[in-house]
Amino acid sequence: MSADMEENVLELQGVVMTFGGLMALSDLNFKVRRGMIKAIIGPNGAGKTTLFNVITGSFPPTQGTVTFNGRPIQHLKAHKIADRGISRTFQTVELFGNMTVLENVMLGCYTRIRTSFIASGFVLPRSRRKEKQIRETALKILKFIGLADKFKDSADSLPLGEQKLLEIGRALASEPELICLDEPAAGLNETETHVASSLIKAINAKGTTVLLVEHDMKVVMNISDEILVLNYGRKIAEGPPEDIRNSPMVIEAYLGADA
Amino acid sequence: MLRIAKLPIAVFALFILVFPWTARQIPAIEHYPDIMVFAGIYCLITIGLSLLMGYAGQISIGHAAFFGIGAYISGILTVNYGMNPWACMGIGMVVTAVVAALVGTPSLKLKGHYLAMATLAFGIIIFIIFNEETQWTGGPDGMSGIPGLSLFGFEFDSVERYYYLVWGVVIAAFIFTANVIQSGTGRALRAIHASESAAGAMGVDVARFKILVFVYSAVLASLAGSFYAHYLNFINPATFDLFFSIKLLIMIALGGMHNIWGAIVGTGLITFLSNEWLQYFEEFEVIVYGAILLFVTVILPEGLAGVPGIVKGWFRR
Repeated sequence: MSADMEENVLELQGVVMTFGGLMALSDLNFKVRRGMIKAIIGPNGAGKTTLFNVITGSFPPTQGTVTFNGRPIQHLKAHKIADRGISRTFQTVELFGNMTVLENVMLGCYTRIRTSFIASGFVLPRSRRKEKQIRETALKILKFIGLADKFKDSADSLPLGEQKLLEIGRALASEPELICLDEPAAGLNETETHVASSLIKAINAKGTTVLLVEHDMKVVMNISDEILVLNYGRKIAEGPPEDIRNSPMVIEAYLGADA
Repeated sequence: MLRIAKLPIAVFALFILVFPWTARQIPAIEHYPDIMVFAGIYCLITIGLSLLMGYAGQISIGHAAFFGIGAYISGILTVNYGMNPWACMGIGMVVTAVVAALVGTPSLKLKGHYLAMATLAFGIIIFIIFNEETQWTGGPDGMSGIPGLSLFGFEFDSVERYYYLVWGVVIAAFIFTANVIQSGTGRALRAIHASESAAGAMGVDVARFKILVFVYSAVLASLAGSFYAHYLNFINPATFDLFFSIKLLIMIALGGMHNIWGAIVGTGLITFLSNEWLQYFEEFEVIVYGAILLFVTVILPEGLAGVPGIVKGWFRR
Protein backbone atom coordinates (compact mmCIF):
# COMPACT_ATOMS: atom_id res chain seq x y z
CA MET A 1 0.00 0.00 0.00
CA SER A 2 2.17 2.77 -1.26
CA ALA A 3 -0.63 5.30 -1.21
CA ASP A 4 -1.35 5.17 2.51
CA MET A 5 -0.17 8.74 2.85
CA GLU A 6 -2.98 9.95 0.61
CA GLU A 7 -5.78 11.05 2.86
CA ASN A 8 -8.22 11.19 -0.04
CA VAL A 9 -8.73 8.03 -2.03
CA LEU A 10 -10.57 9.84 -4.78
CA GLU A 11 -10.58 13.44 -5.88
CA LEU A 12 -12.51 15.04 -8.75
CA GLN A 13 -11.46 18.43 -10.07
CA GLY A 14 -13.47 20.43 -12.58
CA VAL A 15 -15.15 17.37 -14.07
CA VAL A 16 -17.42 18.18 -16.99
CA MET A 17 -19.36 15.62 -18.99
CA THR A 18 -21.40 16.62 -22.01
CA PHE A 19 -23.39 14.44 -24.36
CA GLY A 20 -23.91 16.48 -27.49
CA GLY A 21 -25.49 19.67 -26.18
CA LEU A 22 -26.56 18.14 -22.87
CA MET A 23 -24.40 18.95 -19.88
CA ALA A 24 -24.69 15.92 -17.60
CA LEU A 25 -21.98 17.03 -15.17
CA SER A 26 -20.72 20.58 -14.87
CA ASP A 27 -17.58 21.64 -13.06
CA LEU A 28 -17.80 19.03 -10.36
CA ASN A 29 -15.27 19.08 -7.50
CA PHE A 30 -15.27 16.77 -4.50
CA LYS A 31 -13.08 14.46 -2.45
CA VAL A 32 -13.65 11.06 -0.90
CA ARG A 33 -11.69 10.51 2.32
CA ARG A 34 -10.13 7.10 2.87
CA GLY A 35 -12.30 4.75 4.91
CA MET A 36 -15.54 6.73 4.73
CA ILE A 37 -18.97 5.95 3.32
CA LYS A 38 -19.95 8.77 1.02
CA ALA A 39 -23.39 8.91 -0.54
CA ILE A 40 -24.37 10.76 -3.69
CA ILE A 41 -28.01 11.75 -3.87
CA GLY A 42 -30.13 13.88 -6.13
CA PRO A 43 -33.32 13.81 -8.17
CA ASN A 44 -33.60 11.56 -11.24
CA GLY A 45 -31.41 12.78 -14.06
CA ALA A 46 -29.09 14.68 -11.71
CA GLY A 47 -26.07 12.89 -13.18
CA LYS A 48 -25.36 10.35 -10.44
CA THR A 49 -24.90 7.32 -12.68
CA THR A 50 -23.00 9.42 -15.23
CA LEU A 51 -20.65 10.37 -12.41
CA PHE A 52 -20.10 6.68 -11.60
CA ASN A 53 -19.48 5.91 -15.25
CA VAL A 54 -16.87 8.67 -15.41
CA ILE A 55 -15.11 7.51 -12.23
CA THR A 56 -15.04 3.84 -13.32
CA GLY A 57 -13.96 4.57 -16.88
CA SER A 58 -17.07 3.67 -18.86
CA PHE A 59 -16.39 6.91 -20.68
CA PRO A 60 -13.78 9.63 -20.15
CA PRO A 61 -14.94 13.03 -18.89
CA THR A 62 -15.14 15.85 -21.40
CA GLN A 63 -12.98 17.96 -19.07
CA GLY A 64 -11.39 17.74 -15.66
CA THR A 65 -9.36 15.24 -13.70
CA VAL A 66 -10.21 12.22 -11.61
CA THR A 67 -7.41 11.35 -9.19
CA PHE A 68 -7.25 7.98 -7.47
CA ASN A 69 -4.58 7.48 -4.81
CA GLY A 70 -2.84 10.59 -6.07
CA ARG A 71 -2.68 9.51 -9.71
CA PRO A 72 -4.89 10.71 -12.55
CA ILE A 73 -7.16 7.98 -13.95
CA GLN A 74 -9.64 9.87 -16.12
CA HIS A 75 -7.94 8.76 -19.34
CA LEU A 76 -7.89 5.05 -18.42
CA LYS A 77 -10.16 2.30 -19.79
CA ALA A 78 -12.56 0.59 -17.37
CA HIS A 79 -10.45 -2.55 -16.96
CA LYS A 80 -7.35 -0.51 -16.11
CA ILE A 81 -9.26 1.42 -13.46
CA ALA A 82 -10.48 -1.89 -12.03
CA ASP A 83 -6.83 -2.99 -11.88
CA ARG A 84 -5.97 0.15 -9.91
CA GLY A 85 -8.50 -0.79 -7.23
CA ILE A 86 -11.93 0.67 -7.99
CA SER A 87 -14.79 -1.76 -8.30
CA ARG A 88 -18.46 -1.14 -8.91
CA THR A 89 -22.00 -2.46 -9.15
CA PHE A 90 -24.65 -1.39 -11.63
CA GLN A 91 -27.99 0.31 -11.23
CA THR A 92 -29.66 -2.28 -13.45
CA VAL A 93 -28.13 -5.54 -12.30
CA GLU A 94 -25.39 -6.61 -14.71
CA LEU A 95 -24.59 -10.11 -13.51
CA PHE A 96 -23.25 -12.78 -15.82
CA GLY A 97 -26.53 -14.66 -16.13
CA ASN A 98 -24.91 -17.47 -18.09
CA MET A 99 -22.75 -18.37 -15.08
CA THR A 100 -23.29 -19.75 -11.62
CA VAL A 101 -23.27 -17.65 -8.47
CA LEU A 102 -19.79 -18.94 -7.63
CA GLU A 103 -18.43 -18.25 -11.12
CA ASN A 104 -19.67 -14.67 -10.95
CA VAL A 105 -17.62 -14.06 -7.82
CA MET A 106 -14.69 -16.03 -9.24
CA LEU A 107 -14.64 -13.67 -12.19
CA GLY A 108 -14.47 -10.81 -9.71
CA CYS A 109 -11.02 -12.12 -8.67
CA TYR A 110 -9.81 -11.45 -12.20
CA THR A 111 -7.95 -8.24 -11.34
CA ARG A 112 -5.76 -10.06 -8.83
CA ILE A 113 -5.25 -13.57 -10.17
CA ARG A 114 -5.27 -14.39 -13.86
CA THR A 115 -3.81 -16.95 -16.22
CA SER A 116 -2.74 -16.45 -19.81
CA PHE A 117 -4.55 -17.99 -22.78
CA ILE A 118 -1.65 -20.35 -23.48
CA ALA A 119 -1.16 -21.37 -19.84
CA SER A 120 -4.85 -22.19 -19.48
CA GLY A 121 -4.90 -24.16 -22.73
CA PHE A 122 -2.09 -26.42 -21.58
CA VAL A 123 -3.43 -26.55 -17.97
CA LEU A 124 -0.05 -25.81 -16.46
CA PRO A 125 0.16 -26.73 -12.77
CA ARG A 126 0.52 -23.05 -11.99
CA SER A 127 -2.81 -22.24 -13.60
CA ARG A 128 -4.49 -25.12 -11.76
CA ARG A 129 -3.17 -23.78 -8.44
CA LYS A 130 -4.44 -20.34 -9.28
CA GLU A 131 -7.86 -21.70 -10.16
CA LYS A 132 -8.07 -23.41 -6.76
CA GLN A 133 -7.04 -20.23 -5.00
CA ILE A 134 -9.69 -18.24 -6.89
CA ARG A 135 -12.35 -20.77 -5.94
CA GLU A 136 -11.47 -20.61 -2.25
CA THR A 137 -11.47 -16.80 -2.22
CA ALA A 138 -14.84 -16.75 -3.99
CA LEU A 139 -16.38 -19.20 -1.52
CA LYS A 140 -15.18 -17.05 1.38
CA ILE A 141 -16.86 -14.01 -0.15
CA LEU A 142 -20.09 -15.93 -0.73
CA LYS A 143 -20.08 -16.80 2.97
CA PHE A 144 -19.53 -13.14 3.83
CA ILE A 145 -22.49 -11.98 1.72
CA GLY A 146 -24.64 -14.90 2.86
CA LEU A 147 -25.06 -16.73 -0.45
CA ALA A 148 -22.76 -19.67 0.24
CA ASP A 149 -25.53 -22.28 0.01
CA LYS A 150 -26.55 -21.03 -3.45
CA PHE A 151 -23.10 -21.20 -5.03
CA LYS A 152 -24.19 -23.70 -7.67
CA ASP A 153 -27.32 -21.84 -8.78
CA SER A 154 -27.43 -19.88 -11.98
CA ALA A 155 -27.05 -16.16 -11.25
CA ASP A 156 -30.23 -15.54 -13.26
CA SER A 157 -32.31 -17.70 -10.95
CA LEU A 158 -31.76 -15.55 -7.82
CA PRO A 159 -34.41 -13.09 -6.62
CA LEU A 160 -33.51 -9.44 -7.18
CA GLY A 161 -32.41 -8.87 -3.58
CA GLU A 162 -29.86 -11.65 -3.79
CA GLN A 163 -28.74 -10.59 -7.25
CA LYS A 164 -27.91 -7.19 -5.78
CA LEU A 165 -25.92 -8.85 -2.99
CA LEU A 166 -24.14 -11.06 -5.49
CA GLU A 167 -23.13 -8.03 -7.52
CA ILE A 168 -21.62 -6.51 -4.40
CA GLY A 169 -19.85 -9.82 -3.73
CA ARG A 170 -18.45 -9.89 -7.25
CA ALA A 171 -17.16 -6.34 -6.80
CA LEU A 172 -15.59 -7.26 -3.45
CA ALA A 173 -13.72 -10.19 -4.97
CA SER A 174 -11.26 -7.77 -6.55
CA GLU A 175 -10.44 -6.49 -3.03
CA PRO A 176 -10.98 -2.90 -4.12
CA GLU A 177 -9.82 0.13 -2.15
CA LEU A 178 -12.90 1.96 -3.34
CA ILE A 179 -16.23 0.32 -4.12
CA CYS A 180 -18.90 2.23 -6.03
CA LEU A 181 -22.41 0.98 -5.38
CA ASP A 182 -25.10 2.20 -7.77
CA GLU A 183 -28.45 2.04 -5.97
CA PRO A 184 -27.84 -1.13 -3.95
CA ALA A 185 -31.27 -0.90 -2.32
CA ALA A 186 -33.38 -0.08 -5.42
CA GLY A 187 -36.26 -2.50 -5.82
CA LEU A 188 -35.60 -4.24 -2.51
CA ASN A 189 -38.17 -4.81 0.24
CA GLU A 190 -37.57 -3.65 3.80
CA THR A 191 -35.85 -6.82 5.01
CA GLU A 192 -33.62 -7.00 1.95
CA THR A 193 -32.77 -3.32 2.30
CA HIS A 194 -31.76 -3.93 5.89
CA VAL A 195 -29.50 -6.83 4.82
CA ALA A 196 -27.95 -4.66 2.12
CA SER A 197 -27.20 -1.75 4.45
CA SER A 198 -25.62 -3.95 7.10
CA LEU A 199 -23.51 -5.54 4.39
CA ILE A 200 -22.32 -2.12 3.23
CA LYS A 201 -21.41 -1.21 6.81
CA ALA A 202 -19.55 -4.51 7.21
CA ILE A 203 -17.59 -3.87 3.99
CA ASN A 204 -16.68 -0.41 5.23
CA ALA A 205 -15.66 -1.78 8.62
CA LYS A 206 -13.10 -3.95 6.83
CA GLY A 207 -11.42 -0.80 5.55
CA THR A 208 -12.94 -0.39 2.09
CA THR A 209 -14.00 3.11 1.12
CA VAL A 210 -17.58 3.17 -0.15
CA LEU A 211 -19.10 5.55 -2.67
CA LEU A 212 -22.83 5.10 -2.89
CA VAL A 213 -25.65 6.31 -5.10
CA GLU A 214 -28.97 5.70 -3.43
CA HIS A 215 -32.55 6.96 -3.43
CA ASP A 216 -33.61 5.31 -0.19
CA MET A 217 -33.09 8.20 2.26
CA LYS A 218 -33.32 5.97 5.31
CA VAL A 219 -30.37 3.95 4.05
CA VAL A 220 -28.42 7.04 3.08
CA MET A 221 -28.98 8.87 6.38
CA ASN A 222 -28.20 5.77 8.42
CA ILE A 223 -24.96 4.62 6.94
CA SER A 224 -23.26 7.61 5.29
CA ASP A 225 -20.51 9.67 6.85
CA GLU A 226 -20.95 12.34 4.22
CA ILE A 227 -23.47 13.17 1.54
CA LEU A 228 -23.03 14.93 -1.78
CA VAL A 229 -26.16 16.33 -3.42
CA LEU A 230 -26.33 16.72 -7.19
CA ASN A 231 -28.94 18.56 -9.21
CA TYR A 232 -28.71 19.06 -12.99
CA GLY A 233 -25.11 17.88 -12.90
CA ARG A 234 -24.05 20.45 -10.29
CA LYS A 235 -23.08 20.00 -6.69
CA ILE A 236 -25.68 21.85 -4.61
CA ALA A 237 -24.67 20.63 -1.16
CA GLU A 238 -22.08 18.50 0.58
CA GLY A 239 -21.69 17.55 4.23
CA PRO A 240 -22.66 15.21 7.04
CA PRO A 241 -26.22 13.72 6.94
CA GLU A 242 -27.67 16.06 9.60
CA ASP A 243 -26.62 19.17 7.63
CA ILE A 244 -28.02 17.81 4.40
CA ARG A 245 -31.33 16.87 5.99
CA ASN A 246 -31.95 20.53 6.91
CA SER A 247 -30.45 22.22 3.85
CA PRO A 248 -33.06 24.42 2.17
CA MET A 249 -31.41 23.95 -1.24
CA VAL A 250 -31.75 20.19 -1.00
CA ILE A 251 -35.38 20.38 0.03
CA GLU A 252 -36.03 22.72 -2.86
CA ALA A 253 -34.31 20.43 -5.35
CA TYR A 254 -36.35 17.46 -4.24
CA LEU A 255 -39.73 19.03 -3.63
CA GLY A 256 -39.72 22.17 -5.77
CA ALA A 257 -39.43 25.83 -4.74
CA ASP A 258 -42.92 26.13 -3.28
CA ALA A 259 -42.62 23.36 -0.74
CA MET B 1 -22.41 -27.53 -20.50
CA LEU B 2 -19.29 -26.09 -19.06
CA ARG B 3 -17.42 -29.00 -17.58
CA ILE B 4 -15.91 -30.88 -20.45
CA ALA B 5 -15.69 -34.37 -19.01
CA LYS B 6 -12.77 -36.67 -19.76
CA LEU B 7 -14.90 -39.74 -20.47
CA PRO B 8 -16.63 -38.42 -23.61
CA ILE B 9 -13.26 -37.32 -24.97
CA ALA B 10 -11.89 -40.83 -24.40
CA VAL B 11 -14.92 -42.40 -26.10
CA PHE B 12 -14.59 -39.96 -28.97
CA ALA B 13 -10.86 -40.70 -29.35
CA LEU B 14 -11.61 -44.44 -29.36
CA PHE B 15 -14.23 -43.95 -32.06
CA ILE B 16 -11.72 -42.02 -34.18
CA LEU B 17 -9.19 -44.80 -33.61
CA VAL B 18 -11.37 -47.72 -34.73
CA PHE B 19 -13.44 -45.97 -37.40
CA PRO B 20 -11.16 -46.66 -40.39
CA TRP B 21 -10.93 -50.35 -39.46
CA THR B 22 -14.72 -50.60 -39.10
CA ALA B 23 -15.32 -48.80 -42.37
CA ARG B 24 -13.02 -51.21 -44.17
CA GLN B 25 -15.25 -54.12 -43.15
CA ILE B 26 -18.38 -52.62 -44.73
CA PRO B 27 -18.16 -52.08 -48.49
CA ALA B 28 -20.90 -49.42 -48.53
CA ILE B 29 -18.91 -47.08 -46.27
CA GLU B 30 -15.42 -48.11 -47.35
CA HIS B 31 -14.66 -44.59 -48.56
CA TYR B 32 -15.90 -42.86 -45.40
CA PRO B 33 -12.42 -42.36 -43.90
CA ASP B 34 -11.69 -40.07 -46.86
CA ILE B 35 -14.73 -37.94 -46.00
CA MET B 36 -13.67 -38.05 -42.37
CA VAL B 37 -10.36 -36.45 -43.32
CA PHE B 38 -12.31 -33.48 -44.69
CA ALA B 39 -14.56 -33.49 -41.62
CA GLY B 40 -11.44 -33.37 -39.43
CA ILE B 41 -9.98 -30.48 -41.42
CA TYR B 42 -13.25 -28.55 -41.10
CA CYS B 43 -13.45 -29.41 -37.37
CA LEU B 44 -10.17 -27.56 -36.85
CA ILE B 45 -11.87 -24.44 -38.19
CA THR B 46 -15.14 -24.86 -36.34
CA ILE B 47 -13.49 -25.54 -32.96
CA GLY B 48 -11.94 -22.09 -33.08
CA LEU B 49 -15.04 -20.52 -34.59
CA SER B 50 -17.20 -22.04 -31.87
CA LEU B 51 -14.99 -20.44 -29.21
CA LEU B 52 -15.34 -17.13 -31.04
CA MET B 53 -19.11 -17.30 -31.58
CA GLY B 54 -20.42 -19.33 -28.71
CA TYR B 55 -18.16 -18.09 -25.96
CA ALA B 56 -16.93 -14.65 -27.02
CA GLY B 57 -20.16 -13.85 -28.88
CA GLN B 58 -18.58 -12.62 -32.10
CA ILE B 59 -19.55 -13.65 -35.62
CA SER B 60 -17.07 -14.09 -38.45
CA ILE B 61 -18.22 -14.54 -42.04
CA GLY B 62 -14.67 -14.63 -43.33
CA HIS B 63 -13.12 -17.81 -42.04
CA ALA B 64 -13.03 -19.34 -45.52
CA ALA B 65 -10.46 -16.63 -46.28
CA PHE B 66 -8.17 -17.66 -43.39
CA PHE B 67 -8.62 -21.28 -44.47
CA GLY B 68 -7.62 -20.19 -47.97
CA ILE B 69 -4.63 -18.13 -46.81
CA GLY B 70 -3.23 -21.20 -45.05
CA ALA B 71 -3.86 -23.40 -48.09
CA TYR B 72 -2.34 -20.94 -50.59
CA ILE B 73 0.71 -20.12 -48.47
CA SER B 74 1.40 -23.84 -48.15
CA GLY B 75 0.74 -24.35 -51.86
CA ILE B 76 2.78 -21.41 -53.16
CA LEU B 77 5.78 -21.89 -50.88
CA THR B 78 6.07 -25.64 -51.46
CA VAL B 79 5.36 -25.62 -55.20
CA ASN B 80 7.24 -22.47 -56.25
CA TYR B 81 10.01 -22.42 -53.67
CA GLY B 82 10.32 -26.07 -52.69
CA MET B 83 10.14 -25.22 -49.01
CA ASN B 84 9.52 -27.72 -46.22
CA PRO B 85 5.72 -28.21 -45.85
CA TRP B 86 5.81 -28.05 -42.04
CA ALA B 87 7.71 -24.77 -42.15
CA CYS B 88 5.13 -23.43 -44.63
CA MET B 89 2.37 -24.47 -42.26
CA GLY B 90 4.03 -22.41 -39.53
CA ILE B 91 4.55 -19.43 -41.83
CA GLY B 92 0.90 -19.67 -42.88
CA MET B 93 -0.22 -19.57 -39.26
CA VAL B 94 2.00 -16.59 -38.41
CA VAL B 95 0.89 -14.63 -41.49
CA THR B 96 -2.76 -15.43 -40.76
CA ALA B 97 -2.34 -14.29 -37.15
CA VAL B 98 -0.99 -10.93 -38.32
CA VAL B 99 -3.70 -10.52 -40.96
CA ALA B 100 -6.45 -11.49 -38.49
CA ALA B 101 -5.14 -9.00 -35.93
CA LEU B 102 -5.15 -6.27 -38.59
CA VAL B 103 -8.69 -7.11 -39.73
CA GLY B 104 -10.09 -7.75 -36.27
CA THR B 105 -8.59 -4.97 -34.18
CA PRO B 106 -10.52 -1.98 -35.53
CA SER B 107 -13.88 -3.76 -35.54
CA LEU B 108 -13.45 -5.60 -32.24
CA LYS B 109 -12.72 -2.38 -30.39
CA LEU B 110 -16.30 -1.38 -31.14
CA LYS B 111 -19.37 -2.89 -29.53
CA GLY B 112 -21.81 -4.72 -31.78
CA HIS B 113 -21.51 -6.91 -34.82
CA TYR B 114 -18.93 -4.95 -36.75
CA LEU B 115 -16.71 -8.01 -37.00
CA ALA B 116 -19.32 -9.76 -39.16
CA MET B 117 -19.24 -6.83 -41.61
CA ALA B 118 -15.46 -6.54 -41.66
CA THR B 119 -14.91 -10.28 -42.15
CA LEU B 120 -17.58 -10.45 -44.86
CA ALA B 121 -15.75 -7.78 -46.85
CA PHE B 122 -12.39 -9.32 -46.07
CA GLY B 123 -13.54 -12.77 -47.29
CA ILE B 124 -14.70 -11.31 -50.59
CA ILE B 125 -11.43 -9.39 -51.09
CA ILE B 126 -9.30 -12.47 -50.41
CA PHE B 127 -11.46 -14.54 -52.76
CA ILE B 128 -10.86 -11.99 -55.52
CA ILE B 129 -7.11 -12.07 -54.84
CA PHE B 130 -7.06 -15.88 -55.15
CA ASN B 131 -8.81 -15.55 -58.51
CA GLU B 132 -6.86 -12.64 -59.94
CA GLU B 133 -3.26 -13.04 -58.79
CA THR B 134 -2.77 -15.68 -61.45
CA GLN B 135 1.03 -15.75 -61.40
CA TRP B 136 0.95 -16.78 -57.72
CA THR B 137 -2.27 -18.69 -57.30
CA GLY B 138 -2.94 -20.06 -60.75
CA GLY B 139 -6.18 -18.06 -60.84
CA PRO B 140 -9.55 -19.79 -61.17
CA ASP B 141 -7.86 -22.95 -62.50
CA GLY B 142 -6.11 -23.37 -59.18
CA MET B 143 -2.70 -24.82 -58.48
CA SER B 144 -1.65 -28.44 -58.51
CA GLY B 145 1.41 -30.47 -57.60
CA ILE B 146 1.33 -29.58 -53.91
CA PRO B 147 3.40 -32.28 -52.17
CA GLY B 148 2.06 -34.64 -49.51
CA LEU B 149 3.28 -34.59 -45.92
CA SER B 150 5.98 -36.70 -44.37
CA LEU B 151 7.64 -36.69 -40.95
CA PHE B 152 11.11 -38.15 -40.33
CA GLY B 153 10.79 -40.29 -43.44
CA PHE B 154 7.27 -41.45 -42.58
CA GLU B 155 4.97 -40.59 -45.50
CA PHE B 156 1.37 -39.67 -44.82
CA ASP B 157 0.56 -41.02 -48.24
CA SER B 158 -2.56 -43.10 -47.63
CA VAL B 159 -6.03 -41.94 -46.62
CA GLU B 160 -5.72 -43.75 -43.32
CA ARG B 161 -2.36 -42.29 -42.41
CA TYR B 162 -3.57 -38.80 -43.22
CA TYR B 163 -6.78 -39.50 -41.31
CA TYR B 164 -4.85 -40.27 -38.14
CA LEU B 165 -2.60 -37.24 -38.59
CA VAL B 166 -5.51 -34.83 -39.03
CA TRP B 167 -7.66 -36.28 -36.26
CA GLY B 168 -4.69 -36.36 -33.90
CA VAL B 169 -4.34 -32.61 -34.44
CA VAL B 170 -8.11 -32.11 -34.09
CA ILE B 171 -8.16 -33.88 -30.73
CA ALA B 172 -5.18 -31.85 -29.53
CA ALA B 173 -6.88 -28.60 -30.61
CA PHE B 174 -10.12 -29.75 -29.00
CA ILE B 175 -8.47 -30.48 -25.66
CA PHE B 176 -6.52 -27.21 -25.72
CA THR B 177 -9.69 -25.24 -26.46
CA ALA B 178 -11.70 -27.14 -23.85
CA ASN B 179 -9.02 -26.31 -21.27
CA VAL B 180 -9.21 -22.64 -22.17
CA ILE B 181 -12.99 -22.69 -21.82
CA GLN B 182 -12.79 -24.26 -18.37
CA SER B 183 -10.17 -21.82 -17.11
CA GLY B 184 -10.29 -18.26 -15.90
CA THR B 185 -9.81 -17.20 -19.50
CA GLY B 186 -12.98 -19.06 -20.50
CA ARG B 187 -14.80 -17.42 -17.62
CA ALA B 188 -13.68 -14.02 -18.87
CA LEU B 189 -14.94 -14.89 -22.36
CA ARG B 190 -18.35 -15.92 -21.09
CA ALA B 191 -18.47 -12.76 -19.01
CA ILE B 192 -17.86 -10.69 -22.14
CA HIS B 193 -20.69 -12.58 -23.84
CA ALA B 194 -23.07 -11.78 -20.97
CA SER B 195 -22.17 -8.13 -20.32
CA GLU B 196 -19.26 -6.26 -21.80
CA SER B 197 -19.59 -3.35 -19.40
CA ALA B 198 -19.65 -5.59 -16.32
CA ALA B 199 -16.72 -7.64 -17.62
CA GLY B 200 -14.76 -4.43 -18.18
CA ALA B 201 -15.62 -3.15 -14.70
CA MET B 202 -14.24 -6.41 -13.28
CA GLY B 203 -10.89 -5.85 -14.98
CA VAL B 204 -11.38 -7.92 -18.14
CA ASP B 205 -9.78 -6.26 -21.17
CA VAL B 206 -12.73 -6.87 -23.45
CA ALA B 207 -11.18 -5.73 -26.74
CA ARG B 208 -7.95 -7.65 -26.18
CA PHE B 209 -9.80 -10.90 -25.46
CA LYS B 210 -12.01 -10.60 -28.51
CA ILE B 211 -8.98 -9.99 -30.71
CA LEU B 212 -7.09 -12.88 -29.08
CA VAL B 213 -9.89 -15.37 -29.71
CA PHE B 214 -10.43 -14.11 -33.23
CA VAL B 215 -6.73 -14.54 -34.00
CA TYR B 216 -6.70 -18.01 -32.41
CA SER B 217 -9.67 -19.12 -34.51
CA ALA B 218 -8.07 -17.68 -37.66
CA VAL B 219 -4.79 -19.51 -36.95
CA LEU B 220 -6.64 -22.82 -36.57
CA ALA B 221 -8.40 -22.15 -39.90
CA SER B 222 -5.03 -21.48 -41.53
CA LEU B 223 -3.66 -24.76 -40.15
CA ALA B 224 -6.72 -26.52 -41.55
CA GLY B 225 -6.04 -24.90 -44.92
CA SER B 226 -2.49 -26.26 -44.98
CA PHE B 227 -3.72 -29.76 -44.18
CA TYR B 228 -6.31 -29.41 -46.92
CA ALA B 229 -3.72 -28.38 -49.52
CA HIS B 230 -1.33 -31.20 -48.67
CA TYR B 231 -4.11 -33.77 -48.67
CA LEU B 232 -5.74 -32.91 -51.98
CA ASN B 233 -2.44 -31.79 -53.60
CA PHE B 234 -4.60 -29.29 -55.48
CA ILE B 235 -6.42 -26.09 -54.52
CA ASN B 236 -8.61 -23.63 -56.37
CA PRO B 237 -10.41 -20.48 -55.21
CA ALA B 238 -13.93 -21.98 -55.33
CA THR B 239 -13.22 -23.89 -52.11
CA PHE B 240 -12.68 -20.66 -50.21
CA ASP B 241 -15.71 -18.65 -51.28
CA LEU B 242 -18.30 -16.86 -49.18
CA PHE B 243 -20.59 -19.88 -49.23
CA PHE B 244 -17.99 -21.96 -47.43
CA SER B 245 -17.83 -19.34 -44.66
CA ILE B 246 -21.58 -19.60 -44.32
CA LYS B 247 -21.41 -23.39 -44.34
CA LEU B 248 -19.05 -23.18 -41.37
CA LEU B 249 -21.65 -21.11 -39.52
CA ILE B 250 -24.33 -23.69 -40.36
CA MET B 251 -22.09 -26.45 -38.98
CA ILE B 252 -21.77 -24.58 -35.69
CA ALA B 253 -25.45 -23.62 -35.53
CA LEU B 254 -26.51 -27.22 -36.18
CA GLY B 255 -24.19 -28.60 -33.52
CA GLY B 256 -24.93 -25.88 -31.00
CA MET B 257 -22.71 -22.87 -30.63
CA HIS B 258 -22.56 -22.78 -26.85
CA ASN B 259 -20.96 -26.18 -26.72
CA ILE B 260 -17.64 -27.10 -28.21
CA TRP B 261 -18.90 -30.66 -28.80
CA GLY B 262 -21.51 -29.09 -31.05
CA ALA B 263 -18.75 -27.95 -33.40
CA ILE B 264 -17.56 -31.54 -33.85
CA VAL B 265 -21.04 -33.05 -34.32
CA GLY B 266 -22.32 -30.30 -36.62
CA THR B 267 -19.19 -30.35 -38.74
CA GLY B 268 -19.27 -34.13 -39.09
CA LEU B 269 -22.93 -34.11 -40.15
CA ILE B 270 -22.67 -31.25 -42.63
CA THR B 271 -19.50 -32.68 -44.17
CA PHE B 272 -21.18 -36.03 -44.77
CA LEU B 273 -24.29 -34.30 -46.07
CA SER B 274 -22.39 -32.24 -48.60
CA ASN B 275 -19.79 -34.83 -49.64
CA GLU B 276 -22.05 -37.85 -49.69
CA TRP B 277 -25.69 -37.82 -48.71
CA LEU B 278 -26.80 -34.73 -50.59
CA GLN B 279 -25.08 -35.54 -53.90
CA TYR B 280 -28.52 -36.50 -55.22
CA PHE B 281 -29.81 -32.93 -54.75
CA GLU B 282 -27.04 -31.40 -56.84
CA GLU B 283 -27.45 -27.61 -56.89
CA PHE B 284 -30.59 -27.80 -54.76
CA GLU B 285 -28.27 -28.73 -51.92
CA VAL B 286 -28.37 -25.10 -50.84
CA ILE B 287 -32.08 -25.40 -50.08
CA VAL B 288 -31.37 -28.24 -47.68
CA TYR B 289 -28.82 -26.10 -45.83
CA GLY B 290 -31.34 -23.30 -45.65
CA ALA B 291 -33.93 -25.69 -44.25
CA ILE B 292 -31.44 -26.98 -41.66
CA LEU B 293 -30.55 -23.47 -40.55
CA LEU B 294 -34.21 -22.50 -40.32
CA PHE B 295 -35.12 -25.63 -38.40
CA VAL B 296 -32.28 -25.23 -35.93
CA THR B 297 -32.92 -21.53 -35.33
CA VAL B 298 -36.63 -21.99 -34.71
CA ILE B 299 -36.89 -25.44 -33.08
CA LEU B 300 -33.44 -26.12 -31.65
CA PRO B 301 -31.75 -22.86 -30.74
CA GLU B 302 -29.21 -24.77 -28.68
CA GLY B 303 -28.44 -27.01 -31.67
CA LEU B 304 -27.98 -30.76 -31.42
CA ALA B 305 -25.93 -30.23 -28.26
CA GLY B 306 -29.16 -29.03 -26.63
CA VAL B 307 -31.04 -32.24 -27.41
CA PRO B 308 -29.82 -34.22 -24.35
CA GLY B 309 -31.11 -31.41 -22.13
CA ILE B 310 -34.51 -31.43 -23.84
CA VAL B 311 -34.79 -35.22 -23.51
CA LYS B 312 -33.82 -35.01 -19.83
CA GLY B 313 -36.57 -32.42 -19.42
CA TRP B 314 -39.15 -34.89 -20.79
CA PHE B 315 -38.16 -37.53 -18.30
CA ARG B 316 -38.30 -35.18 -15.37
CA ARG B 317 -41.94 -34.39 -16.13
